[in-house]
Amino acid sequence: MTIKNETKEETPVLNVRNIKKYFPIKGGVFKRTVGQLKAVDDISLSINQGETLGIVGESGSGKSTLGRVILKLLDATEGTILYKDANITSMKRNQFRPYRRNMQMVFQDPFGSLNSKMSVAELVEEPLLVQTSLSKKERQAKAIEFIEKVGLRAEDRLKYPHEFSGGQRQRISIARALITNPEFVVCDEPVSALDISIQAQVLNLMKDLQEELGLTYLFIAHDLSVVKHISDRVAVMYLGKIVEIAPTSKLFQEPAHPYTQALLSSIPTLTKKKADEPAIKLKGDIPSPANPPSGCAFRTRCPFAHERCEKEVPSLAAVGTEHEVSCHLHHD
Amino acid sequence: MKANSTEDIQVSSTQKYNQSPFTLARKRFLKNKLALAGIVVLVIFILAALFAPLLTEHDPTKGDLMLIEKPPSADHILGTDGSGRDNFARLIYGARISLTVGFSAMLFTLIIGVVTGAVAGYYGGKVDNMIMRAADLVLALPFLVLALTIIAILEKVTVGIFVTVIAITAWPTLTRIVRGTFLSLREQEFILGARAIGANDLRIIFKHFIPNAIGPIIVNATLLMATMIIVESGLSFIGMGIPQPTPTWGNMISEAQNIRILRDHPEAWIPPGLAILLTVLAINFIGDGLRDAFDPKSNRR
Repeated sequence: MTIKNETKEETPVLNVRNIKKYFPIKGGVFKRTVGQLKAVDDISLSINQGETLGIVGESGSGKSTLGRVILKLLDATEGTILYKDANITSMKRNQFRPYRRNMQMVFQDPFGSLNSKMSVAELVEEPLLVQTSLSKKERQAKAIEFIEKVGLRAEDRLKYPHEFSGGQRQRISIARALITNPEFVVCDEPVSALDISIQAQVLNLMKDLQEELGLTYLFIAHDLSVVKHISDRVAVMYLGKIVEIAPTSKLFQEPAHPYTQALLSSIPTLTKKKADEPAIKLKGDIPSPANPPSGCAFRTRCPFAHERCEKEVPSLAAVGTEHEVSCHLHHD
Repeated sequence: MKANSTEDIQVSSTQKYNQSPFTLARKRFLKNKLALAGIVVLVIFILAALFAPLLTEHDPTKGDLMLIEKPPSADHILGTDGSGRDNFARLIYGARISLTVGFSAMLFTLIIGVVTGAVAGYYGGKVDNMIMRAADLVLALPFLVLALTIIAILEKVTVGIFVTVIAITAWPTLTRIVRGTFLSLREQEFILGARAIGANDLRIIFKHFIPNAIGPIIVNATLLMATMIIVESGLSFIGMGIPQPTPTWGNMISEAQNIRILRDHPEAWIPPGLAILLTVLAINFIGDGLRDAFDPKSNRR
């Protein structure tokens, strides 16, 4: 995978520049806009061919919104999204439709993300029906190929979603996302609704498929341990902003942002190795994105917050190779 | 009906796959005895209406002035009415009109209701606002008074006009139900999933929304048909429905406004009254059965 990275480094599959997604907050009798909910606030990132970029954050950090904006399921308020060389930001729905074959999504909820009135065959073939002009036979053959690829049996295509367990449903979702041979897949917490033992199975499946099909993943999760397993690089989000982004091993060994440190120390471990490190416990909840704190958004919960954090918004800057962090502790 | 249900069970025991949600709903429905009884009753009425000319040789619209208000006899088993028309012929020919009016008014309302509700629920925003305000407006008008006024202005009422009048005053209820169902479905991930694969609006509405909203739509359509039959009977009873000499159950009962007929000739008004009662009851049982079949979680006894 690293070889792929080096050879194709110049042309990222996806390049997101200063993307913002604000939701208007309506209030009063006449539904006037009284405020803005900054779900995604000025995020830039790029993902290379064959790479997996993990996005981690608490609920409410805007990570799912980011994934949906990238796939144009939501319109960005500001910023540009480049898919290879094409600027897809302002494309109309019909213009963007052909790109959807190459940019797919796996959803979080294995029970809500499949239409319960459609059989597995219909569900898996639907993207082909919408996106290609393949005949019924060709679609069927392809569907069987992918159903088997995700570890289900060909006969299963006659069944309906209610006859499957959560893990199996997620496999159907994956088959549905991959059948058009996309290059880029947004995985929106694909395993967070599954049992731990099933999580590992599905993650391994996704990893195998990535190698086999040369996929590029944007992998969203709220759990660092899940992300560690699958990502090449990890971005940590807090209140709509990326606070730290680094290659996975680096992020886990030398986390620079206090928030990342806190998240890492909250991972339960079986070994005593980490016991001597001071555990950072976060106080309280994530503040409302409708009314974020001044300066650094994390300062209300940061054990190292000082005067400057209240006044100045920190920006993402390098602290090492490929390692960027947005914290005043690291930049003077 | 019976043969059908045993066949189903056999299929399911040999082949465990392909239990589509609709197959499951049908099975649940066929287990509901009241609903099945409703189907049987309704089918009897439909058959009687279809084969009316075979069941009686009398013309329901032509009276014999020599035979006014005759009691039941071998030739006229339910006697004759005030114009000498055969009551039994009027009863079974009346089933044609009552069922046709009920069914077509339901269908017409269903089309308006589903289209407006789907558009409002799917697109939201301004379109939704316009449709729902129009619905509020129609709901605010007293249905009966409006229907009476239109019928009074038009004077000559045909089945077509009658059905149209009912449909354009009854659609908002259905619109609200369909819109509500669409709004709740819109938040589900599979709808987002359909967008993510690039499905167009038509496909999303017909393949993803409607099949998931079909339960409430069918149930309400059924109950609507029962209401329509009652509305037709009620309007015909007060002489504002389908005019004489066309036989309907409603204007058969209106004969009983005459105290003599009410007292001396129960055979003239009890059968059409029973017919209305049985039909509406049967349809309502079917509707309840469908509700339980489509939504097994609700209301399990």
